[in-house]
Amino acid sequence: MIERNKKGYFMSHLGLIIGIVFIFFPVWLTFVASTVTQEDIIQPPFPLLPGPHFFENYSYALFEGTPEGYGKNIPVIKLLINSAIMALGITIGKIIISLLSAFAIVYFRFPGRKFFFWLIFITLMLPVEVRIVPTYEIAAKLNLLNSYAGLIFPLIASATATFLFRQFFMTIPNEMVEAARMDGAKPMKFFIDILIPISRTNIAALFVILFIYGWNQYLWPLLMTTDPNMNTIVMGINQMIPGGDDFGHWPTIMATSILAMLPPVLIIITMQRFFVKGLLESEK
Amino acid sequence: MEKKVFFRGWFLPILLLSPQLIISIIFFFYPAGQAISNSLYLPDPFGLSSEFVGLENFLFLFNDSYYLSSFVTTIFFSTSVSVLSMGLGLYFALLADRIFKGAGVYKTLLIWPYAVAPAVAGVLWMFLFSSRIGVVSWYLGLLGYDWNHALNSEEAMGLVVLASTWGRISYNFLFFLAGLQAIPKSIIEAAAIDGASFWKRFRTIVFPLLSPITFFLLVVNIVYAFFETFGVIHTITSGGPEQSTTTLVYKVYSDGFVGQDLGSSAAQSVILLVVVGLLTIIQFKYIERKVHY
Repeated sequence: MIERNKKGYFMSHLGLIIGIVFIFFPVWLTFVASTVTQEDIIQPPFPLLPGPHFFENYSYALFEGTPEGYGKNIPVIKLLINSAIMALGITIGKIIISLLSAFAIVYFRFPGRKFFFWLIFITLMLPVEVRIVPTYEIAAKLNLLNSYAGLIFPLIASATATFLFRQFFMTIPNEMVEAARMDGAKPMKFFIDILIPISRTNIAALFVILFIYGWNQYLWPLLMTTDPNMNTIVMGINQMIPGGDDFGHWPTIMATSILAMLPPVLIIITMQRFFVKGLLESEK
Repeated sequence: MEKKVFFRGWFLPILLLSPQLIISIIFFFYPAGQAISNSLYLPDPFGLSSEFVGLENFLFLFNDSYYLSSFVTTIFFSTSVSVLSMGLGLYFALLADRIFKGAGVYKTLLIWPYAVAPAVAGVLWMFLFSSRIGVVSWYLGLLGYDWNHALNSEEAMGLVVLASTWGRISYNFLFFLAGLQAIPKSIIEAAAIDGASFWKRFRTIVFPLLSPITFFLLVVNIVYAFFETFGVIHTITSGGPEQSTTTLVYKVYSDGFVGQDLGSSAAQSVILLVVVGLLTIIQFKYIERKVHY
């Protein structure tokens, strides 16, 4: 605070509160819709305060899915499990392979090192949306449709994570590896006993960013999972909304939407410090 | 920068690199190569054989008014989302930077939408503006405005821009806040002592110091709007009405999977590949000059 300006200070608070109201507005109404009945929603005016059907709607969505006659009927708990497996698979897989390759690139001299570095670097330019049709075809050829491997592996190679670890390894003093070598430590011992423990915060930061990335995938699961039992929750919501003139069963759809955003939002809030660090650093 | 101390041998490093390399070759390089080669062929209508047609798929695209208009749509859409979300992000960051009590609470309350999937954000906003059951459209109706984004192109575009911007404010807010907090307070104090008002200080000191981060965010947001908003568009409009919200990425999907026009879809992928390549080069060239906070 540079100058004592009471009015300006008050306006700052007011401006932020207005922003937060705008940001919460759609989620609040979604929550309200998840606690009332279908009739409350389709007959205006729409309620602005939560109704008494919270427990009923959520337990129905989780264990039964949508009622008869409304879109695809899969218990949401199944979708949540699929999403968790996909998100954790992508996150852990990415962290492991990029730790390994960053270690190889930073701590070894071997023929072709520059070439491999560029090979990884260039994958930054190939988002899944760009190579979507041929990637789908190869996944189909490898028999990966409707499998967790098919949801995870094509999204696992990540140049960004490799670069983050590379940057970080570069800042580690040379004395560390010198000391380790003098003690006769083999490369893998140095990697496991020294490098991984000092990379803890970076691993945690990447974990948050990658978990959100994995959980929120939409297009890839939409193509890979034709079997409703393999759908993820983020893509599954849209399957509950029938096209044309049919009404969706909105209390269930909205309860599912809340359940779909809960895990990543909780992770961001509880691991906020790591999230901010990961976000600011992974884009450098 | 190179490490001066390192391990020797070539077998171990190659082994360590192999998981990433194998996945990259199978799911990145091979498909990208396929996209390039498919773009030069025209499959027959039954998909049994294909004929080499050179650059005909590309020529066809550049004469296709639908493709050209999806280019315009994408540019309009990504510029709108980038400018709006950056403007709001900067605005909230400036406010939060002025506050010394409770700034942490505001920060938490502003960043969580980052965690909401674009596809879920799409469902939320579609629900609010649905012409049959939407709350907002119902109140708009009372005011005499008949909202229907399923029929009206401008309303459809407005809604996908709104939903994408909503989810993107947090990201820009965090970067601008980090940028603002890196500006030495002494510079701003000196200007304040000289009698420069808040607005004057912003224009002549703060914004110029933020310009590297602003440029960086512009590139990142454009890439985001190009590629990661598929979920928003698919849930709210499915590219309609009359393709008015069909972006380039949406068109690759709809021509490749819905329309089964593989030659054209592959040619579109190759064009997008060039676009991402250019954006990535701009982004990385610039990284050298970027501020550190």
